[in-house]
Amino acid sequence: MTEQTVSRRDFVVVLTSAGSGLLLGCRMGERSGAAAAAAAAAPSGFAPNAFIRIGTDGRITLIMNQVEMGQGVYTSMPMLLAEELEVGLDQVQLEHAPPNDRLYANPLVGFQMTGASSSVRMMYTPLRTAGATARTMLVAAAAQTWDVAPASCRAQNGVVTHLASGRTLAYGALVEKAAKLPPPEEVTLKGPKDFKLIGTPAKRLDTPDKVNGKATFGIDVRLPGMKIATVAASPVLGGKVAGLDDTKAKTIKGVRQIVRLDDAVAVVADHMWAAKQGLAALAIRWDDGPNAKVSIADVVQGLADAASQRPGVVARKQGNVAGAIGLTAKQIDAVYQVPFLAHATMEPMNCTVHVRKDGCEVWTCSQVLSRAQATAAHVTGLPLEKVVVHNHLLGGGFGRRLEIDYVTQAVRIAQQVDGPVKVVWTREEDIQHDVYRPYYYDRLTAWLDAGGKPAAWTHRIVGPSILARWAPPAFKDGMDGDAVDAAAQFKYAIPAIQVEYVRHEEPVLNTGFWRGVGPTHNVFVIESFIDELAAVAKTDPVEYRRAILGRAWRARAVLDLAAKQAGWGRPLPAGHGRGVSLLYSGWDTYVAEVAEVEVSTTGEVRVHRVVCAVDCGTVVNPDIVKAQIEGGVVFGISGALWGEITLKHGRVEQSNFHNYRVLRMNEAPAIEVHLIRNGEAPGGIGEPGTAVTAPALANAIFAATGKRIRKLPLASALKA
Amino acid sequence: MTTLNINGRDVTVDVPSDMPILWVLRDVVGLTGTKFGCGMALCGACTVHLDGQPIRSCVTPVAAVAGKKITTIEAIGETPAGKKVQRAWLDLEVVQCGYCQSGQIMSASALLARNAHPSDADIDAAMTGNICRCGTYPRIRAAIKHAAGGA
Repeated sequence: MTEQTVSRRDFVVVLTSAGSGLLLGCRMGERSGAAAAAAAAAPSGFAPNAFIRIGTDGRITLIMNQVEMGQGVYTSMPMLLAEELEVGLDQVQLEHAPPNDRLYANPLVGFQMTGASSSVRMMYTPLRTAGATARTMLVAAAAQTWDVAPASCRAQNGVVTHLASGRTLAYGALVEKAAKLPPPEEVTLKGPKDFKLIGTPAKRLDTPDKVNGKATFGIDVRLPGMKIATVAASPVLGGKVAGLDDTKAKTIKGVRQIVRLDDAVAVVADHMWAAKQGLAALAIRWDDGPNAKVSIADVVQGLADAASQRPGVVARKQGNVAGAIGLTAKQIDAVYQVPFLAHATMEPMNCTVHVRKDGCEVWTCSQVLSRAQATAAHVTGLPLEKVVVHNHLLGGGFGRRLEIDYVTQAVRIAQQVDGPVKVVWTREEDIQHDVYRPYYYDRLTAWLDAGGKPAAWTHRIVGPSILARWAPPAFKDGMDGDAVDAAAQFKYAIPAIQVEYVRHEEPVLNTGFWRGVGPTHNVFVIESFIDELAAVAKTDPVEYRRAILGRAWRARAVLDLAAKQAGWGRPLPAGHGRGVSLLYSGWDTYVAEVAEVEVSTTGEVRVHRVVCAVDCGTVVNPDIVKAQIEGGVVFGISGALWGEITLKHGRVEQSNFHNYRVLRMNEAPAIEVHLIRNGEAPGGIGEPGTAVTAPALANAIFAATGKRIRKLPLASALKA
Repeated sequence: MTTLNINGRDVTVDVPSDMPILWVLRDVVGLTGTKFGCGMALCGACTVHLDGQPIRSCVTPVAAVAGKKITTIEAIGETPAGKKVQRAWLDLEVVQCGYCQSGQIMSASALLARNAHPSDADIDAAMTGNICRCGTYPRIRAAIKHAAGGA
């Protein structure tokens, strides 16, 4: 890829001069699909959703929707802008965008949202175009000042230089003039060989304050007169408070108020300790409601019945399965299951709210800021513009903060409190009132030809639809695109494929997105089953995959690289095994992973080494890409080995890290990430590492023990 | 009234003697760098130093700290080991969301202060109580070694 000329109008608009410098709006999302539809629907024909302000002091501010939860957007987004604007990364400041869907909607969903591994994918061209537009205008302003040709000038480090004379003008001195110039119709973006920032491991801009305690997360908000509350919601979904004795709680020093809602009780106090003590002293009688008797077995039975009795909606159909079956030698059937999972972000759910008669102010950390605002307006009955929301750094998102339940609840509590109140969930509340990764139940059948290769493949996915609740317009004709993500795209050249989705809701727990979303479930199922087929065909798992990858050269390249770097095929000690898995999904990123595990005689699994080969196309910051894969793998190991939320009498049985086990330092493997650098369009990187991990582990356990695990978590299955 | 020595400064607070110092720091004194993660000494997010020893402040009551020096993330950079650890964390880009990192840095600083060249086993023993959901463990291990190497 060399230089690229783009139409400025597709991405950037110059908004105002107004004596305060240069303000540009740019539109995330390529002009296709949702972005084009949104642009067409906007009255002006172009609705920018990120803004760049260059002040007369030369300061550059990027105001954007994307929030920082560890994934590195506070660094990667400024890199894109700074590259084309010709400024240093340290010259760009970030501002959290306020809630405003009209200004900051993510075109993927039509509202403000950070998630779906989408930020770099959606901003790669728009932000560079914005930088190039501003730079072109600043250079033109300098050229006009000196009465020379723009081509005789060069911009670098926020300064325009006239090359022949050596005269210089800083951006700050040029913005007023630049703002009055007509914006260029076209701008030329740099070719990769000229990149100074993109593709480099530039230092993260958010790190310094995160090593000295200065970084402010939602839970760190402090306001004059603020009280602290902690809360107990009905332990069974749909249950209500039937009776409350707060006599003892009120005697605890520091407890100020007990707030009773229909489905929860909160203790408001001077500090969290008093609030916790107060909560423990409450005698709450719950009416558990319709889910009082539900256990995990009931949920599984419901899913299994739906899998066998209900028609599915076709997500993918190629070739003719019925026709292909007659020619095959062998049929293999399997049922795969994955459990409910909690997110367990390190920062428990929290939200600070001050409700006044004429307004409401909210301090929190959210992946969906405008929804936080909307729920506060809805609960209080205030108009949207009377609700101010302040966002903060997220102490982990992983999809949990795509939900606003904790904001809604905090506003309901705050309505009964005089002054600001910070509602902080205990870890127990956080684990037991999550919006969980759904339980999925999958039926697969493959028919192998005489050579052992799959001639036909059917996959029926049964689970709830998160999209139908969370983004209703995205749920169309009975199809949830997230639930089938990866199953609908995998690259194996199987002559006949049919993938079906059966929506089945079990409203005993709230379910939502969990890092890796649809692919975290589907890649486990697909890649485990492919491994089963390889075993039936008595073929090496890497060779088997290579042989059925057809023309998918990027998939084959990551597979080969991971296998090579992992030393695939080299002998291992007894009890050890290597497993491979391959990911391709709607993120447009290819990952192959080889995991090496050891299974003890008592069934304990130890992951020794993980090797990933990653092709996410154009890489903005290779160190952040590697960090996201490393972190994704660790998150995936925790979920695959131990992650499981179960129900008894309608109640979640897990409560804290002693019984919702997550990976620790002494259990963490060495993780190697190898990047394939090419000029393809950038793919998502926040989630693939998680989604690709469970099957690599399951396949490694099979290699080590001969035991095929079709139901997560792996550790429970090994001990069963 | 209780007087606590926090980061070299005497602070007088009116709190119950069974109150964990996590909440004294965060909700009374206003030092929010120390984080709440689990409340049961299971995750290490609340780690501070008591006379240089790492402790879980979420289960350590005020009564247990009388006459002892509390050091938090806000002041750990003033100790030689803490400074090295912070530098290493930046050099190796350990941090992602950052929420657990106060606790990680406090545990790592205490380790390096008593053991200038920790082995992998030493690192496991010192750091296993600190959970990171972003999965920064490999970089934490590397950064501790980096900090030790820079001694």
